[in-house]
Amino acid sequence: MSGGGEEEKDIKLDLISEDRMASMTSMEKIRFILDGVKLGNIVVLEGGLTPEEQMKLIEMTMSEIDEDFAGIEIGSYPVKRGFLGLRRRTRLTIVGPANMMKTIKKDKDLIRAIISRV
Amino acid sequence: MGLRRGLLLLLRRILRRRNTKIGIYGAPNAGKTTLANRIIHDFLDNTEDIGVVSEIPHETRRAFRKEGILITAKGAKLRVDIVDTPGLATKIDFHDFLAYGLSEEEAKKRAKEATEGVIEAIKWLDDLDGVLLVMDATEDPYTQANIVIIGNLEARGIPFIIVANKVDLKNAAPARIKNAFPQHVVVPVSALKGDNMEKLYEEMARRFR
Repeated sequence: MSGGGEEEKDIKLDLISEDRMASMTSMEKIRFILDGVKLGNIVVLEGGLTPEEQMKLIEMTMSEIDEDFAGIEIGSYPVKRGFLGLRRRTRLTIVGPANMMKTIKKDKDLIRAIISRV
Repeated sequence: MGLRRGLLLLLRRILRRRNTKIGIYGAPNAGKTTLANRIIHDFLDNTEDIGVVSEIPHETRRAFRKEGILITAKGAKLRVDIVDTPGLATKIDFHDFLAYGLSEEEAKKRAKEATEGVIEAIKWLDDLDGVLLVMDATEDPYTQANIVIIGNLEARGIPFIIVANKVDLKNAAPARIKNAFPQHVVVPVSALKGDNMEKLYEEMARRFR
């Protein structure tokens, strides 16, 4: 990295392990994600968020949208169900600022996104 | 959680004397208000609208409830309150509204109201007995908004029907929605033209009673 101009093109990724996530409450996870995303980081959660946590994340995002923060782009694989559908297993979730990240393809096992510095 | 909620809903349904509250959910511009208007026109008042339909996203920024609609289908009856909710989104950028000719002030106001509308739509989930999840059949259905809504409905044990809307349009592909969510009931309709609404009403009477 030779100059300030190039540094501005850098994109920071936060890759959070499942163990780290397991030690957090839902609100702590959401606050952690939103703080990172508002700094312009892409947050990748190994263990993923539950649908309820994702809804809470959307709700909190809406309350924080302003002229400088337009919201988030979020992608995750659907929850996997265990025996008789009783046990749920969340999978990877990726969250980024809406003005930097755009999901271009998504199915149950693939998330393809473009990430660009604004 | 899901099982307990499911049992509670069943018990509530057995003891219920009030109308069944049905929420209409989906992404912005999926046709939620058009569907709500269609249901009201078919069973209540042909001249009344629950809300205004517009090509500008987030036209509905408050949830509206219409009470006491008696839906009949093949002899089955269901008395419902219809709740038309604002479209669920993860981002709302006031710049997007400028392209529709709104002034900056109007766009910012609309964006602010739209964020409040999304929160209101989420809060309404606590009070519903069933949901019509509207998807635009001309668009890719596998969006995060749809996945999050379905995940939450499953977790809460709220019965729902996926409405594959806009099948009157040439590029509509309701089969794509069925393929994306094979474990759920999908009813293709055109809320605008009224196509296949009978089938939707039958399904509502079956699933929401």
